[in-house]
Amino acid sequence: MNQALLVAKNLGRRKLRTTLMLVAIFIAFFLYGALECFNRAFHAGESAAAADRLVTVNRINFTMPLPVNYAGRLRQVDGVKDVTFQSWFGGYFQDQRQPLLMFAVDPQNYLAVYPSIRMAPEQRRAWIANRAAIAVGATTAAKYHWKAGDRVPISSNIYVRKDGARAWEFDIAAVFSDPDDTARENIVLMNHDYFDESVTFGRDQVNMIIFSTVSSKRNDEIAKAVDALFANSEAETTTDTAAAFNRAFIRQVGDIALIITLVIATAFAAILMIVGNTLVMSVRERTREIGVLKTLGFSGSTILAQILAESLLLALVGAVLGLAAASGAAVALGKLLSGFGSTMHMTTGVFLGGIGWAVLLGLVTGAIPAWSGMRLQIATALGRR
Amino acid sequence: MADDPFSFQLRQVSKRFVKGKETITIFDGLDLDIPAGDFVAIMGPSGSGKTTLLNLLGGIDHVTSGQIVFDGRRVDALTENQLSAWRAANVGFIFQFYNLMPVLTAAQNVELPLLLTKLGRRDRRKNVATALELVGLSDRAGHYPREMSGGQQQRVAIARAIVSDPQVLLCDEPTGDLDRTTADEVLGILQLLNGKHGKTIVVVTHDPEVTRYTKRTLHLNKGVFVERTALA
Repeated sequence: MNQALLVAKNLGRRKLRTTLMLVAIFIAFFLYGALECFNRAFHAGESAAAADRLVTVNRINFTMPLPVNYAGRLRQVDGVKDVTFQSWFGGYFQDQRQPLLMFAVDPQNYLAVYPSIRMAPEQRRAWIANRAAIAVGATTAAKYHWKAGDRVPISSNIYVRKDGARAWEFDIAAVFSDPDDTARENIVLMNHDYFDESVTFGRDQVNMIIFSTVSSKRNDEIAKAVDALFANSEAETTTDTAAAFNRAFIRQVGDIALIITLVIATAFAAILMIVGNTLVMSVRERTREIGVLKTLGFSGSTILAQILAESLLLALVGAVLGLAAASGAAVALGKLLSGFGSTMHMTTGVFLGGIGWAVLLGLVTGAIPAWSGMRLQIATALGRR
Repeated sequence: MADDPFSFQLRQVSKRFVKGKETITIFDGLDLDIPAGDFVAIMGPSGSGKTTLLNLLGGIDHVTSGQIVFDGRRVDALTENQLSAWRAANVGFIFQFYNLMPVLTAAQNVELPLLLTKLGRRDRRKNVATALELVGLSDRAGHYPREMSGGQQQRVAIARAIVSDPQVLLCDEPTGDLDRTTADEVLGILQLLNGKHGKTIVVVTHDPEVTRYTKRTLHLNKGVFVERTALA
């Protein structure tokens, strides 16, 4: 036997109570893990945005279009490097419950603004050459078992073809990856020329113009120059960094981080009280035994360490189980969600953060009973006074 | 006697408790010598100070004034941590209600004090086996307290008290919860530990039968020794 076994035996003395405490901790850490995975996936684009990349959208809001010729005019602004644009296609594969993050873009310009995109040279050439071809992010390709050379029907819930059909037939020319921004591997890119000539409305318009600058230090100056260029025009613009745009976009949904923080904080506060109170009761029941241990020579600090070890062990076991379940849930949920969902997974940061919270929870919940145990007078504990 | 090692020497020991606005005096200038190898019964009516005396001897309560010397060392001057280490090395306790850990087997209960030593697992197991053999419970090593009778639990408590080979055993009503036959068995073991192994044993008891086994008896009343009987 050793002191670790003594700690484990003490935890196991009331199995139902210990199990209920474990379940409570499990739930708290499951919530923490799952919500943090969601939060990180939701904000992934924000952190992945290059510092020298800016986005120009309609000043009214980003759903209002901009004339495509703005891209050419914007290219003339001093400090602008590469310019591209994109239009939301609203695509889905076979069924509207299988939506695609699909944009119409100019392939060459798009690849210039997003140099981190990786695709085989021959596939790149094929995509640029074939107006009816699409490039598919690796995650989406894997999800639908698509590969270069396949022909797939994709419909739009916004646009109808000139011939009245909703389905477009696309050749998959390329499958790409983006090691700098894995969220981008969810998207599907079609040729804007093909889009423009096929749709019945919205021709010569784009949702946003994206461009890189010669230096991120000049971002503010260049953004102001761009917006000044289109001031008092048919569609005034607002320009910001890609990261700021992503943040603003996410905030339209709501302050996810704040909501998640509040949910987690509430769960933790409840667990803190439940587990803390239960541990206090558990140790109080063992007052006499603690007195006996002290008569045997166990010091106050040893008793303190034992009780803290109990609360830490309890918190860590519950946390690891909760985080493991959250990891599985994140992957399962990611498969259900299109787009950013596929980037949902348990990161090392989330896991280690959870372990850190577990240690803190264990220390806080164990602090009062451990301190009481350490200070307990033997004569009082044994009822000998 | 004063030069005799391993003896308790109490000099002018006073012990007072404050209860609300009232101060209760248990001892006021108590003197006592317990030589090494003694087997002494302390008897007296309830409230006479027997248990308090045992608490003071075992360092689980503090004197208000006076000195308690053990083996030439002032026990009353030790800090809590020093007292813990001193108890682990020198004193074994035996209680009326055994006070075994219910979640541990007999062997694990006996092993508890050895967790504070530097002994390896093999040596600990050897010592535990020896202690359980001495109290006649080798065959119950794997049993939990709830699976044993009161007498067997008390013998496990004795094994726990002696496993680290302390010089002194302090027993608080060790037969108080046992029938006569079992009580005699337990007292026989204590007598063996005193006679054959040289342990100094102090027994606080109401049971006059205990005095048949001890070398001498001290009668305590209102914090004062009123009678000293040597039977050996």
